[in-house]
Amino acid sequence: MIAPVDVSARHAWLDGVNPVAKVAVVIVLAVPLLVSIDAVSAATAIVLELLCVPLTGLAYATVVKRLLPVVLFAPVAGLSMLLYARPGGTVYGTFLFATISDNSITLAVAVLLRVVALALPIILLFARTDPTELADALAQVAKLPSRFVLGVLAGARTVGLFVDDWRTMGLARRARGLGDRGALRRFFSMAFVLLVFAVRRGTKLATAMEARGFGTDVPRTWARPSRLSARDAVAVGGAVLLMAVALGAAVVTGAFRVVGT
Amino acid sequence: MAAPARVDVEGWGWRYAGRKLPATRDVDLTIEAGERVLLLGASGAGKSTLLAGLAGLLGGSDEGERTGRILVDGRFPEDQRGRIGLVLQDPEAGIVLSKVGDDVAFGCENLGVPAAEIPGRVAEAVASVGLTVPLDRPTKALSGGQKQRLALAGVLAMRPGLLLLDEPTANLDPDGVAEVRAAVEHVVRTDGTTLVLIEHRTDVWADLMTRVVVLAPGGGVLADGPPAQVFAEYGDALAAAGVWVPGRPVDLPMLAPLAAPDAVLSARSLSIGREKRVVVASGLDVAVPRGAGTVVTGPNGAGKSTLALTLAGLLPELSGEVVAADGLAARGVRRPSRWRSTELLTRIGTVFQEPEHQFLASTLRDELAVGPRALRMPAAQVDAIVDELLQRLDLAPLALANPFTLSGGQKRRLSVATVLAASPEVIVLDEPTFGQDRRGWSELVALLQREIARGRTVIAVTHDADVVRHLGQHRVVLGGAA
Amino acid sequence: MHTSTSARTTPATAGGATSNRFRWRVVDIVVAAVLGVAIGLVFWGWNTVGGLWFVAMDGLTPGLGGIAVGIWLIGGVIGGLVIRKPGAALLVELIAAIVSALIGNVWGVTTIFSGLAQGLGAELIFLAFLYLRFTLPVAMLSGAAAGIGAWVLELFLSANIEKSVEFNLIYLGTLIVSGALLAGLVGWLLVRALAATGALSRFAVGREARRDV
Repeated sequence: MIAPVDVSARHAWLDGVNPVAKVAVVIVLAVPLLVSIDAVSAATAIVLELLCVPLTGLAYATVVKRLLPVVLFAPVAGLSMLLYARPGGTVYGTFLFATISDNSITLAVAVLLRVVALALPIILLFARTDPTELADALAQVAKLPSRFVLGVLAGARTVGLFVDDWRTMGLARRARGLGDRGALRRFFSMAFVLLVFAVRRGTKLATAMEARGFGTDVPRTWARPSRLSARDAVAVGGAVLLMAVALGAAVVTGAFRVVGT
Repeated sequence: MAAPARVDVEGWGWRYAGRKLPATRDVDLTIEAGERVLLLGASGAGKSTLLAGLAGLLGGSDEGERTGRILVDGRFPEDQRGRIGLVLQDPEAGIVLSKVGDDVAFGCENLGVPAAEIPGRVAEAVASVGLTVPLDRPTKALSGGQKQRLALAGVLAMRPGLLLLDEPTANLDPDGVAEVRAAVEHVVRTDGTTLVLIEHRTDVWADLMTRVVVLAPGGGVLADGPPAQVFAEYGDALAAAGVWVPGRPVDLPMLAPLAAPDAVLSARSLSIGREKRVVVASGLDVAVPRGAGTVVTGPNGAGKSTLALTLAGLLPELSGEVVAADGLAARGVRRPSRWRSTELLTRIGTVFQEPEHQFLASTLRDELAVGPRALRMPAAQVDAIVDELLQRLDLAPLALANPFTLSGGQKRRLSVATVLAASPEVIVLDEPTFGQDRRGWSELVALLQREIARGRTVIAVTHDADVVRHLGQHRVVLGGAA
Repeated sequence: MHTSTSARTTPATAGGATSNRFRWRVVDIVVAAVLGVAIGLVFWGWNTVGGLWFVAMDGLTPGLGGIAVGIWLIGGVIGGLVIRKPGAALLVELIAAIVSALIGNVWGVTTIFSGLAQGLGAELIFLAFLYLRFTLPVAMLSGAAAGIGAWVLELFLSANIEKSVEFNLIYLGTLIVSGALLAGLVGWLLVRALAATGALSRFAVGREARRDV
């Protein structure tokens, strides 16, 4: 390691998992849920994942805070399903194109829970991941082309550096007589200028990177090696198990229902 | 350390794709190993292009057309990545990764240096530029001077034989300039690396250089020889082209001190800051005299820009009040921070350090028209104002160009022009001469002196001692960092 | 001590040989990332406005929520128009989706699937034109195709396949129109405005803008 480890950060179990394994876990926790549309598998997944929060090093309060927009929005997905699902079972009412029926109610609840279950894994797994570590892992472990991975990392970093510019531009617009009205126009004009800055700086950065030997066919070495360990297998295995339980619960309770049937 | 490189430029020229005229051509030059060359020339003479060519970074045939050739140690520069190091002007654009140690190691990794060797190289490079921060320090927390030294360290870790620096101190404050100068001097004196440097601040660098090469705007080399000789022979031509020639100060008058100034803006026990609870400076008593030049000076972090923006009514005062003279009041209100945007426009104009922060339109004409249009002036009057300003500030040929495509000096003139369009009584400028070459500098200072002669009040925040001399009839000095 | 390699010989490029039209340069990769992240921030911002519209409409009307979706399709259009290399549309849209998901939005990981499907739709149009044409109609087509990609994905993701045929047809219609206008047209205009500032001078679209002036 080039840099000494920052000891002050609380070290959670999940921090020791390779970022590529984390990506695999997120995929494992999401894709199987897409096969079935039922309330039981989604609810079970949510409960089991929330039980794993201590492993992530996040406080429950943080998780809840991040989950809030999802929870507030989920009813919308449900509402759409409630009104427009294909009718089945007892029909409770119709209005123009909308029909509320047993089928649509079941599906609505299932979709609502599924939205939450799909949003949760990223919140839990990537809140504390260092982007450089992720890039190193993607290039070394997942064997993605290093040119792309590092180029994207470098470019992505430049966009985050413009906070001061935003504030100054707001002041500049007040000075030019445009601070009283038209907040929306101001927003777009400032955003456009930031985009110009970002593209320009990205272009210069690309030249600087090439000057430092980046982008050639010379095989690269890594100052920060990224490797897989037993813990990664445990994490992925745990995720597979979690999904098996969730889907199993749905099958056992008879709620399992493949999408489209 | 790697052996210093030798450079041969043979009848070289480059034309960027999509442009009619070449950026430079007919350059013939030989640089021996270990020489330290200062590359000068007017804007547009192709200095940066030549440097990019020396580094082999101009791109393939889809990006431009090459004539002649450049050889470093007898081979093409594109084939020798890592042998040639380049540091650019923008400190932010030279930083690739978010931690100091990782960024310095980047070049080594790209070149395939075995992982075991990298920490040693990193430590060596960081020590040689004098960057004594921990290796896990986030790069965005570094100062400008530190960032440029970091970029230099990243280059040195590759052990190059040729070091190319493109205006490395243009965007830095005086402290940063000194730091980078010291770092470069240490490197070239210790390793004897061949150096090619582009810089406006020749007085800072001239004594380190063994040779000066001046590029002519049409192509070819105008002058080539030891610094003393070139400056003596070509001093006038260089000064006219915008180069700061050592020993040739700008020929502008000093302003006379004031007889009995009355204050156009004043404040007692003023506390200023950018955010509500963070006080940058307090207990300030300021009185800005009407129709005169005031300069605000002080070390980094003292709050100069914050004070200027507070006086300009853009930042709210944290405590105390900035009060304007009676004549300036709007609707009976005398505090600029309480004025509406359109009221502020005609009373106090502000020119920001980075002109592009203020740009709003896609042509110069529209840009100049923004202020008058915000005041709902009739179209004919707006056009008259715009035409007059374009003439006065020598921007007429660029009337339909996009503001972002202008050169640094032109952008600065444009931002001053946009402020003048609304005829405010007070103009506040934040570091107006930052990064300016000699010509841009003199034009700007002369312009401000003319405005003062017309009765406008000018407040300038500056690091530049010459600006203080030429515009500082009244001086506000802020103390050390809080 | 000159140990190991300070400079390796890269395959001779003889100082400016003709480069493969489809090979990504470093500047292509970095600017794709910059555009992707910037657009990802736009997506995240649009999640509120567009999200609100979607909420209001999708919940109450059959498929009209699709009108606001166009903005979320803009990454592919812009990527293809600026970078003009295979995979550009897909990459920029994907990066934008990942950024939007990482900052946090209601759809979580599925945002990334959407990014893939939408980016792929846009990419297919640029491919169909062999990465040779980048005019306004092409931009609008790729925006529309991104919309179709989103529609196909949502049959499974939001289980739209369970909804009525009318809903799905109206939704498809609004997605196509919104994609063509909010992604295709707006994207094309934005790229032109960006090129006019000179920021894209290392790209073909930036050099074209110069000739117009």
